[in-house]
Amino acid sequence: MAERAGQARAPLIELEGITRIYGQGAAEVRALDGIDLTIREGEFVAIMGPSGSGKSTALNVIGCLDRPSGGHYRFCGTEVATLTRDQRALLRRHYLGFVFQGYNLLPRMSALQNVELPLIYKGLKRAERNRAAMAALRHMGLGDRAHHDPSELSGGQQQRVAIARALAGRPRVMLADEPTGNLDTKRSIEIMEVLTALNREEGLTIVMVTHEDDMAAFADRLIWMVDGRIASDGPMGKAA
Amino acid sequence: MLWETIRLALQAILRHATRSFLTVLGVVIGVGAVIAMVTVGQGSADQVTADVEKLGANTLMVLPGEDPLGGGPPGTALKMFTLRDNNALEEQLSVVRVSAPISQMRARVVFGNENRRTDVVGTDNRYFEAAQWEFALGRPFTAAELQSGRPVCVIGETVRDTLFGRADPIGQSLRAKTLSCEVVGLLRSKGASTFGTDQDDFVIMPLRTFQRRIAGNSDVSVLFAAIREGVDTERAAREIEALMRQRRRIGAAEEDDFDVIDMKQVASMLAGITDILTGLLAAVAMVSLLVGGIGIMNIMLVSVTERTREIGIRLAVGAEARQVLMQFLVEAVVLSLVGGLIGVIAGLGMGYLGARALSVPFAPDPLIVLVAFAFSAGVGVIFGYFPARRAARLDPIEALRHE
Ligand SMILES: Nc1ncnc2c1ncn2[C@@H]1O[C@H](COP(=O)(O)OP(=O)(O)OP(=O)(O)O)[C@@H](O)[C@H]1O
Ligand SMILES: [Mg+2]
Repeated sequence: MAERAGQARAPLIELEGITRIYGQGAAEVRALDGIDLTIREGEFVAIMGPSGSGKSTALNVIGCLDRPSGGHYRFCGTEVATLTRDQRALLRRHYLGFVFQGYNLLPRMSALQNVELPLIYKGLKRAERNRAAMAALRHMGLGDRAHHDPSELSGGQQQRVAIARALAGRPRVMLADEPTGNLDTKRSIEIMEVLTALNREEGLTIVMVTHEDDMAAFADRLIWMVDGRIASDGPMGKAA
Repeated sequence: MLWETIRLALQAILRHATRSFLTVLGVVIGVGAVIAMVTVGQGSADQVTADVEKLGANTLMVLPGEDPLGGGPPGTALKMFTLRDNNALEEQLSVVRVSAPISQMRARVVFGNENRRTDVVGTDNRYFEAAQWEFALGRPFTAAELQSGRPVCVIGETVRDTLFGRADPIGQSLRAKTLSCEVVGLLRSKGASTFGTDQDDFVIMPLRTFQRRIAGNSDVSVLFAAIREGVDTERAAREIEALMRQRRRIGAAEEDDFDVIDMKQVASMLAGITDILTGLLAAVAMVSLLVGGIGIMNIMLVSVTERTREIGIRLAVGAEARQVLMQFLVEAVVLSLVGGLIGVIAGLGMGYLGARALSVPFAPDPLIVLVAFAFSAGVGVIFGYFPARRAARLDPIEALRHE
């Protein structure tokens, strides 16, 4: 599997000495404390580590949802810090799909409308959008819940809507923060199989934060974080 | 993309039905209250202006007493005028076109089973001319009637209505105090003034009849002078004052014991009062506008957390800040426009009903409609838009974490 991650492929995500510091003085929290990391196109990376070790923070930085306090982040060779706010938005729109730890679905909007949201900004026509969103929901086993509001869905169902939303726009990179945290093992494995298939067949790059070894096992590469640093990084079997 | 944005905004409005409704309500209250109040206030002011015109331009009243209301020092009898005083004004002052001597008192008039307390006035035909009365029925007094003090009278519409109903009063005899007198004329109604004074509530008889049979003296209590066209009323008032001082033998060091009142001044004073009332109404209206505005502001600010999170999500999935802002702007504009339109319609409707209830003209002021509309719409847009703008400038993750 590790070979398939192909060292020959171009680096897609390059982090160099990335820090993210919250607060000041005595209250300073170094959520990321010097991260060096290269992820190539087509990789399936799992990030693990204790709670508070900076996994979500790292994912947010990679997803251009947050800006690092220091260091360099290049996406496809472009220094992200030089991009304007709108350029970062375009980067998210066309390359990235994000699954939040807390789902972040819009309330008062059906599952279908939530999944359609990124497609609106991608400029898809209504019918196209509808088809793509519906397909993504079915993929997540939620075809029959398309017209329910998030408030009418279970935690696990909401999580799957969030995954469908991240995938509906066919991103190059999927950044998923504990995407199966609320699902039973059977459902989790189904989802992981969907992700693995996308990774293999369409070359979708996946960076996934998880606490579950079973889910991490689907990845090719495991990164272990402790206290805002990378403690270990290597092909699946070895690091675990 | 613009159409898409509008569609998004409309969806958001429907999705947040309560929030949208309250925002619209705020605008409706603000706009509606201002328009209704100012419309009614303006109507009242217009009514006063109309009344001023009805009073007849360029008329001066000369009253005994030191202050305009005719009260002298307590206990002292007022020194009245005479018919000669009146005629002197007309004959000796070229500025006076016509002057009528008036003497009057409140008294009960009776016809059949009907009766009414009204002003019984003694004067002559010059009064009809000076005060610009027209005859609806009958005629003015004849020279013989005036000369010999015959018991005849001309009545106002209100007296006619009470005593005779719709029937023809001409030739009927009514009783004023103990005097039975024949109705020879009916004056065309001038209607009610803004302040409720009925201008048609009187019985007029020849001055001599009044003096002998009703008052029992030969006093004239008011000189009612119409000024010649184009003459400055202030100048006329000065000339009248000089002549009356001379006729009443008032020494150079003494104060006047009479007063010359410019009816126009009285009218403009009344108009001033209405202006104050209109101003007060407008102030109250401004408060409602403010209350409406604060209402809108509250709704918008209360929902700012939810909005900020929504903005964070939209940014996270790839929306550009300006797309999100445009959506929120359209939402605010649509709500404000809808509220503004309903407010204008409701305000004009209330203004119309209010004007009818107070029987004043319905006088909508396009400027006020515009100002009220602009203010409320402005508040809606500002408080809908600016929190959104702040949120759209955040990094998505910050917007998402907003508490
Ligand atoms: N907005 C913030 N303000 C201050 N400190 C923060 C903020 N967000 C995160 N932190 C801190 O940064 C550190 C890393 O947080 P992060 O959410 O990345 O952890 P995590 O590894 O995702 O944990 P978990 O497994 O519980 O999700 C924590 O110590 C956290 O308290
Ligand atoms: Mg986390």
